[in-house]
Amino acid sequence: MNYSPPKRIDEIRFGLLSPQEIRDMSVVRIITPDTYDEDGFPIDMGLMDPRLGVIDPGLRCKTCGGRAGECPGHFGHIELVAPVVHVGYVRLIRSLLRAICRECSRLLLTDEVRDHYLHKIKELKKIKRPIDDVVREVFFEARKNTICPHCGAEQREIKYEKPTSFYEGEERLMPTEIRSRFEKMIDEDILAVGMDPKRARPEWMILTVLPVPPVTVRPSITLESGQRSEDDLTHKLVDIIRISQRFQENKEAGAPQLIIEDLWELLQYHVTTYLDNEVAGVPPARHRSGRPLKTLSQRLKGKEGRFRGSLSGKRVNFSARTVISPDPNLSINEVGVPLDIATELTVPMHVTPFNIEECKEYVRRGSKHPGANYVVRPDGRRVKILDTNADEIVEMLEPGWIVERHLKDGDIVLFNRQPSLHRPSIMAHEVKVLPGKTFRLNLAVCPPYNADFDGDEMNLHALQTLEAQAEAWILMRVQENILSPRFGGPIIGGIHDHVTGLFLLTNGEKKFSKRDFVELLKKCDIEIKLPEPAGYEDEKPYWTGKQAFSMILPNDFSILYKNGLCQRCSECKKEKCENEAYVVIENGELKCGAIDKKGIGAFEGLILDRIVKEYSSSDAARFINNFTLLSIRSIMHFGFSFGLKDEDIDHTAKAQIAEVIREAEDRVARLIDAYKNGELEPAPGRTIEETLELRIMEELGKARDSAGKIAGKQMGMTNPAVIMARSGARGSMLNLTQIAACVGQQSVRGERIRRGYRDRTLPHFEQGDLGAEAHGFVKRGYKEGLSPIEYFFHAIGGREGLVDTAVRTSQSGYLQRRLINALQDLEVEYDGGVRETRGVVVQFLYGEDGVDPAKSDHASPEVIKSIVSDVVGKDLEKVV
Amino acid sequence: MSEYSVLDHEMVPKHEIMDESEVKSLLKKYKITLEELPKIKASDPVVVAIGAKIGDVLKITRKSPTGGIAFYYRLVIED
Repeated sequence: MNYSPPKRIDEIRFGLLSPQEIRDMSVVRIITPDTYDEDGFPIDMGLMDPRLGVIDPGLRCKTCGGRAGECPGHFGHIELVAPVVHVGYVRLIRSLLRAICRECSRLLLTDEVRDHYLHKIKELKKIKRPIDDVVREVFFEARKNTICPHCGAEQREIKYEKPTSFYEGEERLMPTEIRSRFEKMIDEDILAVGMDPKRARPEWMILTVLPVPPVTVRPSITLESGQRSEDDLTHKLVDIIRISQRFQENKEAGAPQLIIEDLWELLQYHVTTYLDNEVAGVPPARHRSGRPLKTLSQRLKGKEGRFRGSLSGKRVNFSARTVISPDPNLSINEVGVPLDIATELTVPMHVTPFNIEECKEYVRRGSKHPGANYVVRPDGRRVKILDTNADEIVEMLEPGWIVERHLKDGDIVLFNRQPSLHRPSIMAHEVKVLPGKTFRLNLAVCPPYNADFDGDEMNLHALQTLEAQAEAWILMRVQENILSPRFGGPIIGGIHDHVTGLFLLTNGEKKFSKRDFVELLKKCDIEIKLPEPAGYEDEKPYWTGKQAFSMILPNDFSILYKNGLCQRCSECKKEKCENEAYVVIENGELKCGAIDKKGIGAFEGLILDRIVKEYSSSDAARFINNFTLLSIRSIMHFGFSFGLKDEDIDHTAKAQIAEVIREAEDRVARLIDAYKNGELEPAPGRTIEETLELRIMEELGKARDSAGKIAGKQMGMTNPAVIMARSGARGSMLNLTQIAACVGQQSVRGERIRRGYRDRTLPHFEQGDLGAEAHGFVKRGYKEGLSPIEYFFHAIGGREGLVDTAVRTSQSGYLQRRLINALQDLEVEYDGGVRETRGVVVQFLYGEDGVDPAKSDHASPEVIKSIVSDVVGKDLEKVV
Repeated sequence: MSEYSVLDHEMVPKHEIMDESEVKSLLKKYKITLEELPKIKASDPVVVAIGAKIGDVLKITRKSPTGGIAFYYRLVIED
């Protein structure tokens, strides 16, 4: 085999095609606009000339003799009757026309000045830096001179009219004139405007010859009716040749100048739209059906263009996509794959003397699930396994063959949900083939994918080589991604019911009979060795919820932290905390405190964090599996539901809330009075009006908070909404306040609502009313219902929120795209420094501390603390 | 208005011109050439203030929120 070592690209140069170059690379000059004759054969010197390449299978290329697929295609050319402007370069043409003399075509700068710029450009090129700024300056300076320093000719103003016309004073500058001016330019002047006279002479920006792309670039398709349908580019080229011909005829017949100019304009239009069909000021060329044509620029530009759509990203085989749904019985490392998908996706299996019997069995089963779809013979031919030839293939099967067998349990696949914003958006899972039509996944892996089940779809990719499978298994498996590479904390963990369930189980002393206790734990992957009962009640032994949770902890696990219930009392009561906020786990036993989001939740779970870091990812995965199962059993044991009744508060509380709000309104009224009487003291750096607004907002905010407190106290820790909010499972106390007590101030741009009519928000108020009600304070709660005026203010505030999210997501998305494109090639070297591709140092020590955030503790290198406490002996007090 | 130096400003970290042997060991430590160092223009106010010339390497001692004190090195270039 011929092996050539990889080569290094030193340089890529861009330039313009000269007319000569276009003719040289052309294999045929195209002169007729027709494509095929009546018999369906391509016409010689037509747009489908057989020398331009082959697209029909079976034929051979007249130029290179290659078959369809082998022949890359060959360019032709069209000789334009009159030169036209290339739309892509109009701006440069404009700048250049203004910068050179109309008589002698010299740059409108003295030689000394020009040489000064030339030197600057040379220096910049030497250190490989962009020369754009210098070039811009050259154009700017040259334009200032109205008298040519070389021939003394007076310059006239050059006007540019979109899209492709130029005027000198009142006179139209035809492309021929522009071209002849550019032709006279000398090399030094061209260099000074940043162009390379060898590769891109300015007159080449005016087209006299048009390259015709090979047919392989614009294949025609045969419709079912046998009719041929040509590519958009071919249509456009036909137009160009037609006009060219008409132009020629008219010119020869000696038509009046006016007609000639019209035709010239038309030729310019067709060439322009051939290059770019979205030029501002040019009506896009349309297909017969009215659809705008997709011409050269449209093929490259944008998301579905050649770069972003075909080169940076393309479609792949061995992948599947379907809706996802939850399955709490799967491990976090698993993914449930529908049978239909498992029989379609395959993994290649190399036949060896050791697995030949297994392979044969797969082939024999064919399309029945653990079967195979294809075999690949040693000569590389693929044979489809059908019911009719299965036995035959089994006979022939021997080492060296490859069997493409179905996906089966335990296979490793990649699982992905868009948008793939961070590394854990693609993780490796083990296949579990299941009936049904959806992908199934454990709820604890929802947070890294940011998935829910309201119709989300996800993609799955079957890995095709053993190397890829091994790599994915080691690096990409879910359990290896529990810790976020962003801040070194767990991003996989309990959500919603997991948190609620464990909170119910561990908050306070929950008693379980032996039967119930075992029931809780029976699905967990642990050795059930019943601990000593926590006590006896009516002579019967009972166990507590805390003991149940202790069962799934590693035996020697210890931790101490304050959970989300902590009120931050000035003096901590430690173990005697009545909020159960002081969590102590010693040697795998939960001594006190309740488990909440801070213990096992995704993004902050401290217990989880410690288990991954101190034990192993496998232990952590098992712990997650166990607590999800335990928590679900627990929440089912207690029962958990939420309804309208849970938002009720009694009359006394209602009266209290009304009173609080009335008082607040009074205080607001007093503030307004004080303002009107000029007694209000302005806050530092604020006007009196601003101060008033601020004070009112503050008063009303306080009112809502105290209303919320009253409602919260009413409901207490038995209320499901409070349980969810306090444990961190879902919702917040603010949500609850807004439902049960008072929605509060609606705002636009952080201020009270002020717009609407003159000096008032709605006609229901007096002009100049500064009161709470008139500026969007909603004193009722959602349960009670809003008044029409409150409802309107609420809609104003709500709309602002919606617009904000819509704008923010698109803006931050684009910002992130730009950041990623700019930073993707940076590399951390073994010396700890960051380099870019040329080897230039970006940082001498990554992050200035050389710490891998994935291995730090929530972005701070505080691991040291826990290491010290471990070494010194479990001195837990000192850690906190 | 009195003259003041950019060097006195709180936000301007300490810039020093490195002598040749220091530069040599720096380049050796990171196995890089002079051209692979980050650049700073000779017209930069701080370069003017400390009187560094083109081709000099500056050692910058910065306060860092992550690393405490961080060092950075920049090559003075023509602007």
